[in-house]
Amino acid sequence: MPPHAEPIRAEPLRLGASALFLAFFQAGLMGFGGTLPMIRRVMVEERRWQTPAEFNELLALCQFLPGANVANLAVIFGSRVCGIRGSAAALIGLLGAPIAIVLVIVSLYDRYGGYAPVRHLVTGLSAGAAGLILATAVKIATPLRTSPRALAILAASFAALGLFRLPFLPSLAVILPASIALAGWSIRE
Amino acid sequence: VTHVAALILIFAELSFLAIGGASTTLPAMERAIVHQQHWMSAAEFVRLFALAQAAPGPNMLVVTLFGWHVAGAAGAAAATLAFLLPACVLAYGMGHLWVRFRDRRWRRVVQAGLVPVTGGLMLAAGYLLVRGAATDWRAAALAAMVLAGSLATKRHPLWFLGAAALAGLAGFY
Repeated sequence: MPPHAEPIRAEPLRLGASALFLAFFQAGLMGFGGTLPMIRRVMVEERRWQTPAEFNELLALCQFLPGANVANLAVIFGSRVCGIRGSAAALIGLLGAPIAIVLVIVSLYDRYGGYAPVRHLVTGLSAGAAGLILATAVKIATPLRTSPRALAILAASFAALGLFRLPFLPSLAVILPASIALAGWSIRE
Repeated sequence: VTHVAALILIFAELSFLAIGGASTTLPAMERAIVHQQHWMSAAEFVRLFALAQAAPGPNMLVVTLFGWHVAGAAGAAAATLAFLLPACVLAYGMGHLWVRFRDRRWRRVVQAGLVPVTGGLMLAAGYLLVRGAATDWRAAALAAMVLAGSLATKRHPLWFLGAAALAGLAGFY
């Protein structure tokens, strides 16, 4: 069925707190290496709470706002369908199990981290995790390579925080307004 | 108690400054935790980050582990809530206003201005993590292989984490 043929909902979607909790619990538990694809699968493909277009719209807002994108998504979607109880249910569902698991992992590491095999395993894991974050950064930066404006801002923020390790808030207070001003100058109606 | 208070101050500030996601604040976290508070070494910082990546759930859970390392269960709870709540309260408020400003020109301008800053911060995060993880040339080579492999293929990130951990275990070091 083509996207334009989707039926338009007669009234806004309403959901219970327990349904929200379960959906985000499932997404959090299955979301290895980033939860966002799993949230999309649970909300759009399995439960059909949102159309792909509605989900993209919600995601755009969550990326616009500061903070962890998936936590913002849980809070906003929860509040739209079930008020503040919905926000709490979705957020606790999303983070509850992963927090418990990550605390178990770090307790095991605190206990057995002195053994050589565990130490070697975690050394390899660290190199892998660092390489993956660098790959994510390269993927974000690649589409910007045709814009001198974007490249200059990217280089300035990398140099300030990565090379010179300047304080975060003052650096952002200079770079962010400059970047937005340059963007406003280059985006004309 | 002073450690818990310091954790709350550090992560509550970063909550509002985490543009484009939690990972962009990793350079600021490293600066505060490793270089200012001296709570752990740069290598320990990367190890906790890696352990958080090996668990399911959002990337931001590394904040929980930093709190745990500094002040146990109280630290874990304080760091997690301090990082979550300010941004979530803002999101709760803005969720209803969004329809009013999503089509405005200034919204597109701000978003276009945020993207390159996010890219630069993520590059800084990757650079500092690789520096912390590259304890010798073999670890540096492993990070470079994962970087190249992840850019060249569409394999799941967990596959690379598993392969890197096994390479470490297999006496690669």
